[in-house]
Amino acid sequence: MNAFAPILPELILTGAALVLMMVAAFTRSRGGGLVSWLAAAVLIGATAALIGAPSSAGSIFGGLLAADPFGAFGKALIFPAAAVAIIAAHGWFERGTEHEAEYSVLILFSAVGMAVMVSATNLITLYLGLELLSLSSYVLASYRRGDDRSAEAGLKYFILGSLASGILLYGISMLYGFTGTMDFAGLAEAFGRGAPSIGLLFGLVFLLSGIAFKISAVPFHMWTPDVYEGAPTPVTAFFASAPKVAAVLLATRTCIEALGPATDAWRQIVIFAALASIFLGAVAAYGQTNIKRLLAYSSINNVGFALIGLAAAGRSGASAVLFYMAVYVVMTLGAFLCVLRMRGADGEPLESVDSLAGLSQARPAFAAALALFMFSLAGIPPLFGFWPKLLVFNAAVDAGLVAVAVAGIVGTVVGAYYYLRIVKIMYFDEVPSPIVRTRQPVEGVLILLAALLVSPLGYLLIGPLGRLADRAAGSIF
Amino acid sequence: MTDLPWLSILIAVPLVAGIACLFVNASAARWIALVATLADLAIGLLLWASYNPDGAQWQFVENMSLGGGIAWALGIDGIALVLILLSVFLMPICIGASWRAIERRVPEYMSAFLLMEALMIGVFAAQDLFLFYIFFEGGLIPMYLIIGIWGGAERIKASYKFFLYTLFGSVLMLIAMLYMVLEAGTSSIPALMAHDFPVEAQRWLWLAFFASFAVKMPMWPVHTWLPDAHVQAPTAGSVILAGVLLKMGGYGFIRFSLPMFPEGSAMFVPLVFILSGIAVVYTSLVALVQRDMKKLIAYSSVAHMAFVTFGLFAFNRQGIEGAMIVMLSHGLVSAALFLCVGVVYDRMHSREIDRYGGLANNMPGYALLFMLFTMAAVGLPGTSGFVGEFLALIGTYRLSTWAAIVATTGIILGAAYMLYLYWRIAFGAARTPEAASMRDLSAREWWLLAPIAAVVLWMGVYPESFLRPIRADVGRLLTRIERAAPEGDSRFAVVRSTAQPQAHAAEAAH
Repeated sequence: MNAFAPILPELILTGAALVLMMVAAFTRSRGGGLVSWLAAAVLIGATAALIGAPSSAGSIFGGLLAADPFGAFGKALIFPAAAVAIIAAHGWFERGTEHEAEYSVLILFSAVGMAVMVSATNLITLYLGLELLSLSSYVLASYRRGDDRSAEAGLKYFILGSLASGILLYGISMLYGFTGTMDFAGLAEAFGRGAPSIGLLFGLVFLLSGIAFKISAVPFHMWTPDVYEGAPTPVTAFFASAPKVAAVLLATRTCIEALGPATDAWRQIVIFAALASIFLGAVAAYGQTNIKRLLAYSSINNVGFALIGLAAAGRSGASAVLFYMAVYVVMTLGAFLCVLRMRGADGEPLESVDSLAGLSQARPAFAAALALFMFSLAGIPPLFGFWPKLLVFNAAVDAGLVAVAVAGIVGTVVGAYYYLRIVKIMYFDEVPSPIVRTRQPVEGVLILLAALLVSPLGYLLIGPLGRLADRAAGSIF
Repeated sequence: MTDLPWLSILIAVPLVAGIACLFVNASAARWIALVATLADLAIGLLLWASYNPDGAQWQFVENMSLGGGIAWALGIDGIALVLILLSVFLMPICIGASWRAIERRVPEYMSAFLLMEALMIGVFAAQDLFLFYIFFEGGLIPMYLIIGIWGGAERIKASYKFFLYTLFGSVLMLIAMLYMVLEAGTSSIPALMAHDFPVEAQRWLWLAFFASFAVKMPMWPVHTWLPDAHVQAPTAGSVILAGVLLKMGGYGFIRFSLPMFPEGSAMFVPLVFILSGIAVVYTSLVALVQRDMKKLIAYSSVAHMAFVTFGLFAFNRQGIEGAMIVMLSHGLVSAALFLCVGVVYDRMHSREIDRYGGLANNMPGYALLFMLFTMAAVGLPGTSGFVGEFLALIGTYRLSTWAAIVATTGIILGAAYMLYLYWRIAFGAARTPEAASMRDLSAREWWLLAPIAAVVLWMGVYPESFLRPIRADVGRLLTRIERAAPEGDSRFAVVRSTAQPQAHAAEAAH
């Protein structure tokens, strides 16, 4: 039994997902609420189970997984984010017409996949985790079967995702072929033997390309706006939060643990992806009229900043990435919870940016919360979203990448424009708001919590969160 | 007195009141805002009374680490003290000026102003580099909302321009700050003020800080956001923008650029002087042809702030003390001028100079006060404007006679555009019947303008009250930067080292 103690959270999730699938199958649509709440509770329970062996056992199963603080940090972000995605969906789908019970089960399976991703120290476990997440995600994207856009999103995501998986697998096969090992430690040893051969470099590039697709970093971002727009909004909220954390942490661990000695080889790739994501995310968001597409570009933009921390490649850089993702998850979920509340008089969800006009007078608290998230995503102090940006730039300057930091920070100014535009539409445009009041107390509380976290009160967390991130980052070096 | 965290209280009072405003109706919000700003004024005066100008450099110090390299560290020297006093003095006046002029969304308006006040005080009191940056940048959000929601017809464009311009300036400063903290190993501003950065690095650091402060100040050619923001902002917004926000640039130069990068500052004196010289002449000429009252005063602000940069980078006592007095004086005078514009704007809803005229006939009280502030802006002896500009010019002269000549033309041109403005508004015959039928100042408006008028005269007649708290700090600054001070070209007048305490030029102002 002791051998399985380090993967207790994953075991809980897997078991619960299988049981809940049965419950869902037998209760049909009646059990939706029950399954949702149980699934959320299981995710919270799995988060609690991270304390102890799952965060301290170290390398397990012969080096396939690592139960270290780094993985635990990621899971502590991923599980609650997944729980929020379940709770948000509960009030969103129309009752009776859709099987929301299965939705929760799919989220649980993808949570297992993500947990494997952030713990993987072997290319095969990495791939397995990624595929478990991806397959669940394809289904989730097309969850509203009756909706053409949702079906289109699922198909697009599936085709492009499979292509990316293929590229990733090809890279893995190259690495395996040239080193004879799938193990991160073994790969690091192979890369440490001097300048990497052409074959190793090819493997590295393909591996990173496959991961970049999952992160939706430029130039592998093309699927993001379409999928985010087409997928049901709670699913979009999920895509923008937990899987991003998992993919960025996976990239961090792979780059540091497996490819650490070849830092010079991957650093330029990461820098390019980071800056391209920041600028493309900022510029392409200008003309967007759909709030979900806009937030898709916002997520591309934000991931770019996290990658700057990765490009720094040191402990402080890895710590900054973790800190960044922690704050990013809160900001993004907060913003999406607000989007989920946008409903017109006929109960239909509203998605156009213009429908936010006049919101500050009709719903002052709602508008204030969304404005907080926008300013925070833009990284404007005194909101908490500023601090992780400062940390990644600090890491970059520390690593001597001053030019990268300057370019990135200029990107924040470019990006600030479209976040400001949302605030402008909510606050400056004086027209009657089309958004009606909804009664969703749980979501309201979640928005309030997220808003408090990104408000200047968040700065009180710098100490404890910073220590956790430092400890987690220290465990992969 | 010193056992309570007074600076935190000074920041907390408007912050708490600002949040409270959001939950009440318009009339209650007005009163909450007024009481809170008056309470802050009282605390500010208490600080002034208990500040010991001969005591430690940093007083009312608080320090609470937040972990992760940032600390809630507050503390003020004399320079910060007088600027905090300026802020808390202008805030109740701003609230009063908005009492009737703002009718829509009053609670949010008052809340934004109180938030603004908390952030402004924070800028001047912060002793941690990152804390400073947070306050410095945080001020953008409430000002963006104030211009965008309660501004004039072109408010959207002006609010974007204001936000993005100043943000762009500041982010480069952030990178420089990160470098400094890594290099010096501390984010404490007093420690950094004593740290000697490599001369090579100072050049880049200075430029990065300059990018931010020059936009904030604003200096030519990055001043173009200012006229737009001023014209579109509501009266009280313009007051706070001209009165306090512009001072953040000058404060930044005194607090960061000069003591932290003395060699860098010395190296770029020609750049600063050239930009300031162009600003004085060019913006004064632009001001001369404005038809919009607010725009005229906005351009005059740019010209006046050029005196500040002249004085600061003169590397001598007169220059720096003069720059400080110009900042305080300009804070009061331009605020008062914007209020004067607001008074007539509230009556006629026009800022076109051509629609007024002959106001001295039907608004004698208004004409009197407007005259006083016009004279103070021109720099008439006996008003605060004279003291500051005179000292700044002496300082500039000691470093560069040519720069002093250019700067002095600013006084002549300043007299031209201000008197021309006053003549068109107050004298002659009314150009429109509405202008002729306007009523004189109400009691509320007297209450707003009279205190400023009193302080303007006080500063003009006895500037020692305001120079006393900053004298020791200017002395410390001079000992810090004298090693890099450039050679002046007017040595025939003064041969001694600049750092020695000497007979004070302020005496000349009497």
